[in-house]
Amino acid sequence: MDMQVPKKKLGLKERYTLMTRDLAWDTSYQPKEKVYPYADYEGIKIHDWDKWEDPFRLTMDAYWKYQAEKERKLYAIIDAYSQSNGHLGVTDARYLNAIKIFLTAVTPLEYMAHRGFAHAGRAFPGPGARVACMMQAIDEMRHAQTQIHSLSNYNKYYNGFHDAPHMYDRVWYLSVPKSFFDDAITAGPFEFIVSVGFSFEYVLTNLLFVPFVSGAAYNGDMGTMTFGFSAQSDEARHMTLGLECIKFILEQDPANLPIVQRWIDKWTWRGVRLLSIVAMMMDYMLPKRVMSWKEAWEIYFEENGGALFKDLARYGIRMPDCCEQIRQEKDHLSHQVWAAFYNYSAATDFHTWMPDEDEMKWLSQKYPDTFDQHYRPRFEFWREQQQKGNRFYNKTLPMLCQTCQIPMLFTEPGDPTKICYRERDYKGSKYHFCSDHCQHIFDNEPEKYVQAWLPVHQIYQGNCFPEGSDPTAPGFDPLAAVLEHYRLNAGRDNGDFEGSEDQRNFEAWRGMAKRND
Amino acid sequence: MQVAAVKEYAGTPRDGVENFHGNQLLYIGWDDHLMFCAPLTFPFPPTLRFGDIVEKVLPGAYGYHPDWARVDWSKVEWLKSGQPWTPHFNRTLAENGLGHKDVLRFRTPGLTGIQGSCS
Repeated sequence: MDMQVPKKKLGLKERYTLMTRDLAWDTSYQPKEKVYPYADYEGIKIHDWDKWEDPFRLTMDAYWKYQAEKERKLYAIIDAYSQSNGHLGVTDARYLNAIKIFLTAVTPLEYMAHRGFAHAGRAFPGPGARVACMMQAIDEMRHAQTQIHSLSNYNKYYNGFHDAPHMYDRVWYLSVPKSFFDDAITAGPFEFIVSVGFSFEYVLTNLLFVPFVSGAAYNGDMGTMTFGFSAQSDEARHMTLGLECIKFILEQDPANLPIVQRWIDKWTWRGVRLLSIVAMMMDYMLPKRVMSWKEAWEIYFEENGGALFKDLARYGIRMPDCCEQIRQEKDHLSHQVWAAFYNYSAATDFHTWMPDEDEMKWLSQKYPDTFDQHYRPRFEFWREQQQKGNRFYNKTLPMLCQTCQIPMLFTEPGDPTKICYRERDYKGSKYHFCSDHCQHIFDNEPEKYVQAWLPVHQIYQGNCFPEGSDPTAPGFDPLAAVLEHYRLNAGRDNGDFEGSEDQRNFEAWRGMAKRND
Repeated sequence: MQVAAVKEYAGTPRDGVENFHGNQLLYIGWDDHLMFCAPLTFPFPPTLRFGDIVEKVLPGAYGYHPDWARVDWSKVEWLKSGQPWTPHFNRTLAENGLGHKDVLRFRTPGLTGIQGSCS
């Protein structure tokens, strides 16, 4: 009879080693350079991958267990929220327009982050970094899924939620987030991890998630709040990974410093340009405000980010060179961006509107140096015209920045009355930029950015009409054709909030929930 | 460095003039009138008379603004790529030396938008 010998239980550290790094092996049939072809070309020198400190000790089995618990809670809450008609409890249907932007502009980025981390995990020769990237890749996929599931509830009742992935690849303003992430995932693995893992996840993510999740809580949106909380513990892990990456790269070789600094400069700027849409959401789209964009910027970037860069100074890293311009823009950004979406509201899958008098007072108080002087006259004029039935729509397509792809709406640093124009010639063609920083990014890699898919130019090239369209046919309506190509329902998804179907339905349904008529 | 890449790599620009079906792009911005949030992009044939832009195209783009009717075209100052520039209204874009993706700005002295806010 065999004796049953109780197996010795492994210690946490031992178990972790066996289940992660110990699964790696050195190649013998093929040289290492062929197995990891993207490890060297960016110029980053790594001498010893074993010096990588795992930022968290998590094995796959523990990972599934934790995540499954979170999923159960999340889906129970989403179920309860949708079965109790939770959507009628939000402050106002205007709020939902912020959530439409989240679904079309942010959720697809989660999926792209999944792809990016999967690629980085394959490309890094070090097993510690590979395991960490793999787990983040799965997290990002989970975030995309939980967001789609949470927000699908709104798609049953409100316009503009119906085709986010299709729109992400086509709609003009979505080329801004899309080009941001396409830029990141087409870089090498080291630039990717600095761009998304550090610059975005570590330096800027609080400016995305805190406003959206607090905004949801303040405005009665339990669905969004819940997926925000469910993602939060993952985000903490992602931030740790981002910081570990930077420190590891910088400690490996002094020659890595200037490369990493250039990436931090680039991706902080690209991230801030991307977040300009969050700025307008905070100041204009939440019926119940959380804090102003300017206040959020001061807390999460100037204070927290400032402390971080002080900590990194011992590696030779300095604050990104764009910080001074960002400091000047914080008083203007949300107003300028909201004005731009108001201009082109005929071509978006969400509604815009002019703030009412109480909201203008709030804006004056939060932006005492700029709002009344530069923006209130414009907004009051637009509001008056709208009330007279003469709502302003800009009917001509805007000029775009070659790098960030945002319409050239930003003003000259130090002069909020003049648009900032920058241009350069490259190989006999002209390229235009919204800022010195976007131009510098182009200058560093022109062969990448000459390929930009600029929506305005694509429309004029005839590439954004439904298949089989004949733009030379009599009566051809190019705007209608572009909206059809976007799968945007003109007259329902777009235009002013005042008089929209969303506004009417929300009022009617909320009335039914309270009255017996 | 023109691009970070594993091998020799050249990008193909998407916006060459040959892709615009006989048109070229012209960007136009109206200084001190930020009601129009950004400069505008127009596709024009190089044979178009410059005056036709001002007389037939821009009113549709900018006519909503109360300042538009007050513009005195004899006093307008033009900038091309940020430098002072004088257009000939009766000549074509090509004869005016305007190429693909050139950028023009015009200033209308005395007109500074809604309540002088440059809106």
